[in-house]
Amino acid sequence: MREMLKLFIAVVVFSCLSGGVLAAIQNFTKERIEYQQLKFVKGPAIKSIMEGCSNDPLSDRLKIADKDKEMQVFIGEFDGRRNTVAFETFGKGFGGAMGVIVGVNLENDEIVGVGVTTHSETPGVGSKAKTDPEFTAQFKGLSLLDPFKVKADGGEIDALSGATISSRGVCGAVVEAGEIYKRLKPQLLEKIKQKQG
Amino acid sequence: MAKTAVQEFTKGLWAEIPPFRLVLGLCPTLAVTKTVENGIGMGVATTFVLICSNILISLLRNVIPKRVRIACFIVVIATFVTVVELVMQAFAYPLFLKLGIFIPLIVVNCIVLGRAEAFAAKNGVVASLADGLGIGVGFTLSLTALAIVREVLGNGTFYNIPVFGPSFEPFSFMVQAPGAFVCLGLMLCLMNIMGRK
Repeated sequence: MREMLKLFIAVVVFSCLSGGVLAAIQNFTKERIEYQQLKFVKGPAIKSIMEGCSNDPLSDRLKIADKDKEMQVFIGEFDGRRNTVAFETFGKGFGGAMGVIVGVNLENDEIVGVGVTTHSETPGVGSKAKTDPEFTAQFKGLSLLDPFKVKADGGEIDALSGATISSRGVCGAVVEAGEIYKRLKPQLLEKIKQKQG
Repeated sequence: MAKTAVQEFTKGLWAEIPPFRLVLGLCPTLAVTKTVENGIGMGVATTFVLICSNILISLLRNVIPKRVRIACFIVVIATFVTVVELVMQAFAYPLFLKLGIFIPLIVVNCIVLGRAEAFAAKNGVVASLADGLGIGVGFTLSLTALAIVREVLGNGTFYNIPVFGPSFEPFSFMVQAPGAFVCLGLMLCLMNIMGRK
């Protein structure tokens, strides 16, 4: 019995020490990690979508509740008007979920840009959804309220060669973004106005 | 026990070089050696965990009850792995994104637990430090060697710098999973031929 107790105490003490050390380090690195995640995961996509904006969309962001989720919305300012928002949605690609940031002009519902953030598509094939600007450029200028499909499904988007499923994933994410946008637009306009005032 | 610390260090570089001689730790060896940068990053992370866990386990080898030693080793190793994970997220986020799940998986890397059980639990601190460093450096060198072959052939670059002219068509088989097996097999073959004499 005493032997058992000794073993028990040894493991408990070890685990507690380990937990304490990790909590301290987690606390110390938390803020930096959050910023790094924004900068490297969503940052490049947001920057290319909001090209030419006069503010920093990464820091000019707001949180908005959509159903049971919380969405992060990034605001872009063009010609002195904060009329563009970007947010992330997910589509189903070939290798799993694909994160897609969609930027949209609040005044005419036009897409200003689309960019892939996280994905696990086949390198050199499906991964072109992220690296080939010509593919995502097809969405530019279209209305976010319209449905999107790749040509193989009877739509108007040219799929990446050999990567129909990845292209479909991106379309799905943009469609999803359209639905969220329809739901949230009144709230968004309200919040941006409030933030400005 | 007559071996010096230097001998403990150098054995990890050739006689017991982990993936090639012991054929241990193949999961990260195959998975992250797409680019030299990833290979080195993974090697350094594993080396850090090896050294720290070897030192601590060697220090505590008379405190840890024999019957729960494996549980205690795993707690120690998991703690250091999580430290690496957090620090890498905070300070080398792009590398963390590329290595992804393979950083937490260092916990179950049999090289680390193997050294703890087979060496650190029976030897002094200095010898354990040398052993951890040697095996770690050996592991890093192996990953780098494999990654050089795969990145140069499969991507036409070395450490993200193009080495061939623009006319070079990358042999992309090499950066995909089957290429890793073929490449590792050829290297094992080479090591066996060289080690035969």
